[in-house]
Parts: sequence; C-alpha cells; structure tokens
Amino acid sequence: MWDYTDEVKEHFLNPRNVGEVDDPDGVGEVGSLACGDALKLTFKVDEQKRIKDVKFQTFGCASAIASSSALTEMVKGMTLEDAEKITNQDIADYLGGLPKEKMHCSVMGRDALEKAIAHYHGRPEKKIEGNVVCECFGITDVEIERVVREDNLMTVEDVTDYTKAGGGCESCHERIQEIIDQVHGKSHVVQHKPTGLTNIQKIKLIEETLEREIKPSLKKDGGDIDLVDVDGNTVFVRLHGTCATCAASEVTLKHYVESKLRDLVTPELVVEEIQ
Amino acid sequence: MKVIYTDNNATTQVASEVLEEMLPYFHDLYGNPSSMHSFGGQVAVKLTEAREKVADLVGATPDEIIFTSCGTESDNTAIKAAIESNPGKKHIVTTRVEHPAVKNLGEYLSKRGYRVTFLPVDRQGRLGLEYLQKSLSDDTAIISIMWANNETGVVFPVGEIAEMARDRGIVFHSDAVQAVGKIPVDVREVPVDMLSLSGHKIHGPKGIGALYVRKGTKFSPLLMGGHQEGGRRGGTENVASIIGLGKACELAVEHLKGQNEHVKYLRDKLERQILKEIPNALVNGDRDNRLPNTTNISFEYVEGEAILLMMNEFGISASSGSACTSGSLEPSHVLRAMGVPFTAAHGSIRFSLSVYNTEEEIDFIIEKLPPIIERLRSLSPFWGQSGKEA
Repeated sequence: MWDYTDEVKEHFLNPRNVGEVDDPDGVGEVGSLACGDALKLTFKVDEQKRIKDVKFQTFGCASAIASSSALTEMVKGMTLEDAEKITNQDIADYLGGLPKEKMHCSVMGRDALEKAIAHYHGRPEKKIEGNVVCECFGITDVEIERVVREDNLMTVEDVTDYTKAGGGCESCHERIQEIIDQVHGKSHVVQHKPTGLTNIQKIKLIEETLEREIKPSLKKDGGDIDLVDVDGNTVFVRLHGTCATCAASEVTLKHYVESKLRDLVTPELVVEEIQ
Repeated sequence: MKVIYTDNNATTQVASEVLEEMLPYFHDLYGNPSSMHSFGGQVAVKLTEAREKVADLVGATPDEIIFTSCGTESDNTAIKAAIESNPGKKHIVTTRVEHPAVKNLGEYLSKRGYRVTFLPVDRQGRLGLEYLQKSLSDDTAIISIMWANNETGVVFPVGEIAEMARDRGIVFHSDAVQAVGKIPVDVREVPVDMLSLSGHKIHGPKGIGALYVRKGTKFSPLLMGGHQEGGRRGGTENVASIIGLGKACELAVEHLKGQNEHVKYLRDKLERQILKEIPNALVNGDRDNRLPNTTNISFEYVEGEAILLMMNEFGISASSGSACTSGSLEPSHVLRAMGVPFTAAHGSIRFSLSVYNTEEEIDFIIEKLPPIIERLRSLSPFWGQSGKEA
C-alpha cells in the first residue's frame, strides 16, 4: 500500500473543483487511457488576468486525482504569470509530499497547466521537442533533461518515478543514464571490453546468438530475422514477417538485436538492416 | 471498522483451529525433531502426522512431500531440480501468465543459456494445447504450467498437459498454489511429476510451503544442508508452521466436501450483481473454467488503485491489476498476455473469496461498489466522451 499523506487522502476522497469550466479561456489535456492517467484542466480568467475559475477531470490513481485537485486550489486567484511558475515540486509540497514512485502525477499537473496557459495565449501547441527516448511512454530526451535538471535527479529510477520513462521495456535505461551524466557534467565513458575473438569465432557466435536468443523472441511477435553478412563489426540482417512492416522495426533492431549481440558477442557491434 | 476481506488469493486468515495446533510448538514443545531425546522426538511424530495430512489433500504418499519455506521456493526447487538432473537438455516450457516465482526464474534462465518458451493464452486466458504440443522437443527439460491462475482464477487443462508430458518423457511441474484447497487436486488422477503448494493460501501460516515430487522423479535439492526432508531440503524444519500446514490441509479436505459450493454461490452473486448494477464492466477470464472463489472484473474509464482506496474507506479489501498498484508502470502481465486492452486492464479489480466470507459481506460490497465507480467516472475526462452514460 502506498504511503500517502493525509493531504493526499483528503484531496483524493474530497476532490475540489471537479468538472469543466463553461466557455473556458484555457484548456490543457495531457496523458491517455493507455498510459493509465490523464488530466484535463480548464480555466477562466478575469480582467486582471487572474485565474477566477478552474476545474479538472482526471483518470488515474489516488495521487493523480489529489495532485489535480491540489493544483486547482493552488492556482485559483493567481495571475497567469505566477501560475506559470508553479513546478511539480510545488504541487507535491502542497500535498505534504508524494511517494517517490508517484512524482509523475505532479509532473502531469504541471504539464496540463502549462498547456492550458499556452492555449490561453494562443501559442501553438508545443510540438514534442527532442527525440523519443522511452518508446513505451513516448518520453523525449528534452523532457528527461528537464526533470533531471529541475528536480536534481541522479538515477534512472528517479527519472522513471518522475516521468515514467524507462518504466516499460527498460531498453532505454542506458540512454537515460547518459542524459543524467550529461546534465551533471559527467562525460560518458564507453567501456570497451577487450575481446579476443577471431573473425570466424565472432561470426559463429553472432549466428548462435541470433538463433538462441533473438529469433525466439521475434517469433513470439510473428517475426523472424536472418543473418546476411558480417563486415568487420557491422552485422547485416534481414527482417521477415511483422518485423519487416512494423514501424517500430528500427527500434527493435537498434535496441534489441544490437544490445543482445553486444552483450553476448562483443560490444563494438553495429546492426544494419537490409531491405 | 469491520474488515471485509476479499483478497484471499493474496493471502488468507490463519484458521483458529490451525493457530491452536501451532501454538504449543513455539514455547513449550520447542525440541528439534532431529534430536535423539524424546523431547525432540515427540515433535518428529507431529511432523510425520502433518506430512500425512498434506499428502492426503493431494492424493500423494507422505514420502513424496517435501516441506519448503513457501510456494516460490517450491517452484524454484522443482524447475532447478529438473534442469540439474537433465544436464543435456536446454529447453523449458512455461506460460506467459505464470506467477513471478516461475516467470522471473524463466526469464533469468533464458539469459543463462536456456531456451524458454512462454506459451500464449487467448482473450479468455485459456492455454492453447496445440502451442504446447508444437513447442516440445527432445531438448525440453521441464514443462512448468500453473494449475490455476492467481489473477483470473482460470483453470488450465493440467490433465491433458500431464498426459502430453508423459508421452514425451518430459518432467511436468505444476504450480498449484491457487488450486489446492479450492478445487480437487489429486496426483493419482493427474500424473504431474512435481506440484507446488503454499500454506498461507489455504488458511495456514505464511512462510511454509510444500513440494510434491512423484516417486522416481529425478531430483536435486535447492538447499544443501542436513539430512532433513530425506536430504532433499536442508535446514531445521519450521516445526510450528509445518504442523499448521498439516492442520490447514486437513481442514481443506473438509471444505472441499461442501463449503466451497457456498463460496461459489457468493462469488456468482457478487459477479452477477456487479455486472447488473455497473455499466461498462467486463469479466476477465474463462467463466466456465475458473476457481470457484475468484472474479476479476474490469471497470472501464477508471483506475484500479483509486477504486481500491475508495473501497478501503468501507473496509473492503481486494486487489487490482492496475499499473499503479504494482509498483511498475505497466498493468498486470496476465491481463496483457490475454490481450485485455490497457483501458480495461488499468481498471481491473480482483475479488477472491474464502469459506469465511458471509452473504452479508457480499451484499455490502454490492451496495457500496456502484456509487464508487460512478463517482470516479464522474471525475474522469473519458467517461462523458466514450461511456454509455454520456
């Protein structure tokens, strides 16, 4: 059971400002049913650009509902300028803290508020900036960098707690660690294990690894993979079945096949797909 | 506040008869059953009795029962014993819906040179035997398939699986932790080679389990140590808990004779009324082949943790396959393997009853749950858009 504060419980059981504001000036929507939480925030402002009415609708766990409710209480009566300065940590603090694993609920609140204010100003919907790092939850490097910096996060686990990134298949953990290291000014040293493989041994090992480790998993999803050639450290493969037509095949290759081969054969390998 | 406990697939209350049997063995009769003196010897006699009672529940002989510390240890012991005693075989067959005790061990072994087949299930959580047939090879060391699923209660065709394994000369282990005590489990009728069971799922104490190993099955211990359990599991016996497990098995034999009918009646009533009162609610799992005590229901457009906490306000205890309750961010691996859409998986609630539940308790849940779901849906941005009651 989660260790929720009394404030979280109170806001969950008696949420304030539920619903939608009539004829809203600002609307912000984040999350989705598939992700497991979503928030729609609507507000209306008065002549002094103060938020005079604000309401929320949330699909999600207790801390998602409590964070949304808290956010509406916090911003009511605030100027848009001040509201824009609210951080996810402010929302968590208002509730007397959130369990570490639930910090992403407060991030969702901040994101919805930002979106709603941008909508009010008529700013175009911010395109998702950066490159997607976590495929499972669609989180980009820019988003990860931001929480790492703002909340001074130190570990991959922290990043997952705050953004959900890395909480699914976990194949992006290495990339998240790189971002953390970059933000904290550590250069990323790639360690190369010395290997004593001859070319013949390497090719044989690649073949074996494909057969034993990679093919069975791809077959589970209706796909298959063939080894075409090995040139130095570049492995050429051809994909069949659903893998070949799936938009995620690039990801499958890079993250899965390559990391398996690097783990089990030699860390210098690069995988290339032949159409 | 009175607790209405409907989370019996997670754990159960220790029956008072069980507790009573156990108590003397903590303080008064603390001898070591391996000792030569009669103070220890009288304890050994009780262990023998307990072993007989456990064997009796599953139709085994007492020497085929090994006491372990839990269901997880039984599962690990079985799988590791099979691969250790078949060193030339590098293939393991299991399913995508196993308990973590089997699933995570399978994933671990798949990184240690073993090929592990995780068999799929269909939308109702049923296993396709044709997939099993196709997956078997001369390299297969063990088939490990649960008797019944903990989340949905779906019962697998273990009889047919056992025959298939026997034809091919492959060891078959079944994690029967959820099945034992709820439905008849008899190793004379279903020729499994190994079978796991656990004390705390059948009104016995936590921290005690057992592994049935059919006579003649090649075995290798997980814990090396003294001569306890005939050299098959080292470590001084957890005396009080073994005695408790024995008593719990004796009670389970009694419950199977009739009280489980009462559990099924309550489960069916609960499920029927929930589906009647609450729109957009769906049962997960094959309703024709299920444990009599379990129902797993998805409430669309709401999130499971929120439902649990609102029920908690009324003292109702259940569980959810929602991501938010698991500590991970993805919903239950069982529901995902079944292809339950995320939208429904996040809002899934499992009620698992026991012989100690009453009809008043069930009526109380039926009264309290619909307003909870309605309230949470009124908070949800999706309900107005997509729900029936838009």
